[in-house]
Amino acid sequence: MTKIALVLAYVIGGGVLGGLLSGFDRILTARMQSRKGPPLLQPFFDVLKLMDKRTVVVNNYQTFYVACFLIFIVLTGSLFFVGGDLLLTIFALTVAGIFLVLGAYSSHSPYSTIGAERELLQMMAYEPALLIAALGMYWVTKSFHVSAIVSYSHPLIAVLPGIFISVLFILTIKLRKSPFDLSTSHHAHQELVKGLTTEFSGSSLAMIEVAHWYENIMLMGFVYLFFASSPIIGIAATILVYILEVLIDNMYARLTWQFTIVSSWTVTAGLAVTNLMAITLLLK
Amino acid sequence: MNQISFLLLFPLAPALLLAFISNQIVRNLIVWVSSLALIFVSLSLATAHLGTSPEFFSVDSPVLEKLFFAGEIILSLYLLWRCRGINKKESYIPVLIILQAGIGIFLELSGKLPKVENAFYVDNLSIIMALIIGIIGTIICIYSLGYMKEYHEHHKEMKENSRGFFFIFFLFLSAMFGVVLCNNLVWLFFFWEVTTLCSFWMIGYSKTEEAKRNSYLALGMNLIGGLGFSIALVYLTFFTKAPTIELDKLIHAGSALALIPACLICFAGLAKSAQLPFSSWLLGAMVAPTPVSALLHSSTMVKAGVFIIIKMAPILQHTTAGLFLAGVGGVTFLMASLMAVSQSNAKRVLAYSTIANLGLIVTCAGVGTYEAIWAALLLVVFHALAKGLLFLTVGTVEHKIGSRDIEDMEGLIVLKPFLGVVMLIGIAGMFLAPFGMLISKWACLKALMDASPILAVLLAYGSAPTLFFWSKWMGKILSVSSNAVTMESPVDTNEATALTSLAIPTVLTCLLFPLIASVAIEPYISNLYGQTMSLSRGNMLIMTIMLGLIILVPLGFVFYPRKQKHVSSYLAGANVSGSTSFLGAMGVVKDVATRNYYLSAAFGEAKLSKASVILGGALILGMFVVVII
Repeated sequence: MTKIALVLAYVIGGGVLGGLLSGFDRILTARMQSRKGPPLLQPFFDVLKLMDKRTVVVNNYQTFYVACFLIFIVLTGSLFFVGGDLLLTIFALTVAGIFLVLGAYSSHSPYSTIGAERELLQMMAYEPALLIAALGMYWVTKSFHVSAIVSYSHPLIAVLPGIFISVLFILTIKLRKSPFDLSTSHHAHQELVKGLTTEFSGSSLAMIEVAHWYENIMLMGFVYLFFASSPIIGIAATILVYILEVLIDNMYARLTWQFTIVSSWTVTAGLAVTNLMAITLLLK
Repeated sequence: MNQISFLLLFPLAPALLLAFISNQIVRNLIVWVSSLALIFVSLSLATAHLGTSPEFFSVDSPVLEKLFFAGEIILSLYLLWRCRGINKKESYIPVLIILQAGIGIFLELSGKLPKVENAFYVDNLSIIMALIIGIIGTIICIYSLGYMKEYHEHHKEMKENSRGFFFIFFLFLSAMFGVVLCNNLVWLFFFWEVTTLCSFWMIGYSKTEEAKRNSYLALGMNLIGGLGFSIALVYLTFFTKAPTIELDKLIHAGSALALIPACLICFAGLAKSAQLPFSSWLLGAMVAPTPVSALLHSSTMVKAGVFIIIKMAPILQHTTAGLFLAGVGGVTFLMASLMAVSQSNAKRVLAYSTIANLGLIVTCAGVGTYEAIWAALLLVVFHALAKGLLFLTVGTVEHKIGSRDIEDMEGLIVLKPFLGVVMLIGIAGMFLAPFGMLISKWACLKALMDASPILAVLLAYGSAPTLFFWSKWMGKILSVSSNAVTMESPVDTNEATALTSLAIPTVLTCLLFPLIASVAIEPYISNLYGQTMSLSRGNMLIMTIMLGLIILVPLGFVFYPRKQKHVSSYLAGANVSGSTSFLGAMGVVKDVATRNYYLSAAFGEAKLSKASVILGGALILGMFVVVII
């Protein structure tokens, strides 16, 4: 029963919280650029407005893929927050991501196709870091289950600092922040128009937006795992991490895909793998 | 025993019949009847022996021994005769043949060969293999009926030799049954060499210069592996405290006694399963007609290689040599996955993916713990299904659209819906949750982390490019240009039957896999290791939910109200006719074309293959060095 309650809490609360986070993000960004920014609830107004618009599509399949994307993101988050298997969660996240990519491919539009290719490159860049983070947590807590990891008595950050930094690095990709917002961006300086989401509008675009809210909350949950032994520090750290990501977003211009892959694989190899090898040798 | 002798001998009957019959209708009939018979008998072997402890059968027949010896000699003579076609660079091949034949004759005439108590056996692993050979192998054979006919319609210049083709096909199946059911290593080795011969013959089928060179490459590399196997036999006869040439006794001897012969046999397995540095022969093998690739990649040949390595796993467990072997597999997985990114030829992508997945199986076997073997066996089953399906689909698509290039498969889902859907099932089966291969990879990751974390890291890095090259292929099939119209030309009945009967199990195994695991795989592991593993119920539930979603959501969309407005895609405001062409900068109308990324500057074969071969070779060398020291 508690599991069903947790899923419901995530399905309702995750969306609301995700929307608020997005509003917070926009205010923060505006302040960093010496602007006032929109009200906190602006993302909700945007989505409501999108829902109200007529959906314009290139073909009928697009909406289907986007719906699958949303459903699988919610499934991924639910899996995470009921304390399910972390590896399975990562795999479900991948499936969700692939649905979005297929949606972009299906339109046969040059802009969204390049967006889709770049999105896949981004997935390729962050996948090893996510998996190795899960492996590290498994080695320390002896379980892949989020429920067991979250109730581990010591702070994971103390033994997994390298893995934590590599997760921060790829989090920039996952949150679609500069310098790694290659496939689609919130900023209006895209050479790809809107890249991945060029051909989506109305309710489809709204679904993508909402899916990102859910996804971001799950990712913040992932960050929280490193500090889970003391919830207050954990929440504070998670918020700080998000602020840091917004700061990075505002500090950098976009970089190339080559740099994205090479840098994230190198950071993962240099910090996460070294960290993993160290703990497997030291903590038997 | 009856079933075993049936599986070994019966395929020879259709083989001989088909060697003399060229009437298409009679051929169809013979292939269908004998395929059904083989499927039925392998299933009945499974129902009789699944879940029981291994059963051994002794055959005390000097005549049979003489026959096997004669077979070996004939095999060597035939191969020597075929060496007429070699060029200067390939002159090492006859040397290897003579060396191997010499060792064989020496062993036989020395009279020192240990007495064999049980020549044949059945255990759960050999049943799994027999089912793969007996069902997937015969489905591919049925497919070939339609394919070979069309193949020769497309290649008029080529000399038709379907009689030889089907003869070799059934001979191949018989030899594969021999490999998985023989307990006598000398006989097993004979069947092993027959599979080498069959693949050599099939790769060279088209008789073009390229096909010839590649067939000799395959022969040469497999003979190098085979030499390892012969040396293992010599070692087992002369240099051990308790000489034996029985598979089960070898395995029970454990790593203290049997490590050297086990490594030699694994070396043969590495060559056969196209691991680095031997991968090039499998890539070259795609010059053959597509059913041959399907057969080599899914149910025979390479699977014989990993089969023997999995068999050796209990010996390799907790040894440094085992870790080196696992390293060969891990590096192969990573490098082959990276190189697959740069390929646009569908068959080449599939070949790299096979090499990669076999690498994963070898990694698990080298680690050799019960968890790892559990994962390895799942990989063997799921890979056989999905890869067989994919090759056959590519074969049919190639005949329908005249190309095997992924770029030419754009919009296949609308142009040829049946083939498009089947291909999507195959691809999803290879890398997407909750399909079989992904479940197995997940199990691998856990098993490797428990045994040797650095191998798990290789797996984490290797799965990233896998995701990339499969997804962009899927994207190409689903990318629908607005002027695409369905032009479903009829698919040959034999081909359609084969495709459907592989596609349905690929989906169903997602649901049935707990059953497959508990009935077939877990008994084998608990019998060998005294403990086993299984998936938690919670995770099984989640995977069922995922599968349900993947199947149900599309159905829901059939009834989805379509009040969407259709527009052309965005072409920076220069659209000419809808979204198919635009006005270019010089005022010229240009067609819209989209192409996938292949990133050959970063992932090209030229850049990676040499390093991979050196790395693979070095690891194998390392394996032998630690064994000998």
